[in-house]
Amino acid sequence: MVVFDKPKALTNAPFHYCPGCTHGIVHRLVAEVIDEMGIEGETVGIASVGCSVFSYDYFGCDMIQAPHGRAPAVATGVKRSHPDNFVFTYQGDGDLAAIGTAETVHVGTRGENITVIFINNTIYGMTGGQMAPTTLLGQVTTTSPYGRKKEIQGNPIRVVEMLSTLDGTAYAERVAVDCVKNVINAKKAIRKAFEVQKNKLGLSIVEVLSTCPTNWGLSPEKAIEWLRENMMEHYPLGVYKDLTKEAAENE
Amino acid sequence: MLMKGNEVIGEAAIRAGCRYFFGYPITPQTELAEYLAKKMPKVGGLCLQAESEVAAINMVLGCNASGERAFTSSSSPGVSLKSEGISYIIGSDLPCVIVNVQRGGPGLGGIQPAQSDYLQATKALGHGDQHFIVLAPAYVQEIATLMGEAFDLADIYRTPVMLLADGALGQMMEPVDFEAKKQRTLPEKTWAACGHGNKREHNVVNSLYISPEVLEQTVLARFERYKLIEEKEVMYDGYMTEDADICIVSYGITARIAKTAVKAAREKGIKAGLFRPITLWPYPKKQLSALADKVKKFLVVEMNMGQMVDDVKVATDCRRPVEFFGRTGGIIPTPDEILAKIEEMNGGAD
Ligand SMILES: Cc1ncc(C[n+]2csc(CCOP(=O)(O)OP(=O)(O)O)c2C)c(N)n1
Ligand code: SF4
Repeated sequence: MVVFDKPKALTNAPFHYCPGCTHGIVHRLVAEVIDEMGIEGETVGIASVGCSVFSYDYFGCDMIQAPHGRAPAVATGVKRSHPDNFVFTYQGDGDLAAIGTAETVHVGTRGENITVIFINNTIYGMTGGQMAPTTLLGQVTTTSPYGRKKEIQGNPIRVVEMLSTLDGTAYAERVAVDCVKNVINAKKAIRKAFEVQKNKLGLSIVEVLSTCPTNWGLSPEKAIEWLRENMMEHYPLGVYKDLTKEAAENE
Repeated sequence: MLMKGNEVIGEAAIRAGCRYFFGYPITPQTELAEYLAKKMPKVGGLCLQAESEVAAINMVLGCNASGERAFTSSSSPGVSLKSEGISYIIGSDLPCVIVNVQRGGPGLGGIQPAQSDYLQATKALGHGDQHFIVLAPAYVQEIATLMGEAFDLADIYRTPVMLLADGALGQMMEPVDFEAKKQRTLPEKTWAACGHGNKREHNVVNSLYISPEVLEQTVLARFERYKLIEEKEVMYDGYMTEDADICIVSYGITARIAKTAVKAAREKGIKAGLFRPITLWPYPKKQLSALADKVKKFLVVEMNMGQMVDDVKVATDCRRPVEFFGRTGGIIPTPDEILAKIEEMNGGAD
């Protein structure tokens, strides 16, 4: 009996992620949701520039690799010409909240029926640990070697809170993948996001608090602790926008 | 049918089966977007105003990657912003049509017609080893045929194609016949990322190749395609070049003015002619080289500071003197100014 298997929506290509990196968990959750909904054949994924760029080799659905920060615009082009396909982007915090902020905000303003999977690991992983827009105050990175100071590098950005102010955002939730309970909840959120897309309600975004043990300079275990102790306070978990609920209440 | 250049761009795109336009307003090509905003919904298409030229070109990337014909349009400053996306489109071997209705630069420059993006368009719009097809219409009719050709060429060679026009041509009202375009056989887009329907392996549209050996091979394969384009797709036009002593080389709107100057020179007994490249890349090198055997001097006329001069020198191996006359900043040269230059060159010829 098989108790635990690779989701069908993942290819056989081995992940290149570092030990303890949570990118792998999130890939798995997205693939499981695609399997459960039976939508791999209708799904187009947009890979972004960051550690997850090779996700185009890992997801079994059709994939497009976007320029740094532009995944939401690329997704718009796909979705507008294929409104019945499922389209998702998979983006890091540098990609989504620094270089791609305009593209991100405007899929919200337009209410594009796409799903954004947003990996917040407070750092630029791929380029080797530079400061991200989500880097916490005081956090040491290679480009904030004395710790991020608001007077110099500004404040960390709260993405789902910001996007939930937009009328076109239908669903915005922040989850974490630090423990079994939260992983299960993260999957529920991703499922919900895809359902929102299916019902054409507008933008759905799931922000996932993630780890980057390599660039944080921590063991996988300590990285999980660091996430809980430092990230969750500035980035509280929860549902920030849910038009399906509002719709249900209005009925 | 009498139509304005900018509107003909839009109409020709619709007639080419293009149903998706993504753009951002900028003078002097905004009428194109306004035309499409009215027309696209009526043919079941979409004209979407993006948040920037950067977003617009990436929407075009996504749309083309999923197998649909999409295009974008802008003017000089906006085209600079599209350069990143165009490089990715090249690297991903995607078809794509881009329109540049040029205005004066650099910087915000001005809003009057110019040709000062010649080098940007033909040499180095985006990063990386690359070329793409650049078409320079001189007549509103030519916009109609070349715009249709642009979509076909893009599909056949999986490359961006740029229609390089200018503000004057965009505003010009002339008769146009949309049926004049030749029919081509188009390849199937088996590479499109539009959902595999569980019927094939997943398609990946990508420009990343971490291994230098693999990247080199993809670039080499692309350059093989460029060779084919250079062999088969060169377009040009000539006027009284057969017996010309002084041959003007000019494209787009400027070539029309140069033609008037050539006629005036002929009336004065000066053997002038005009060679007009229609494809700026691939450049009509062979044809110009053949002309160099016959003519005494070349005169490049452009609305810039002489951006095409080097191309003429290279094509002709510098076998004949190449002089230049141009106006820049958005000023259109007059036939008289060009004639004066021809006369000056003719005087010096003996
Ligand atoms: C235009 C451009 N600028 C910069 C880069 C370099 N770059 C690659 S990935 C990256 C940041 C990635 O960080 P993030 O989005 O947080 O993803 P992560 O690697 O942490 O998963 C940067 C700056 C690039 N590829 N393109
Ligand atoms: S560098 Fe960080 S984000 Fe990238 S794979 Fe390694 S742990 Fe994951």
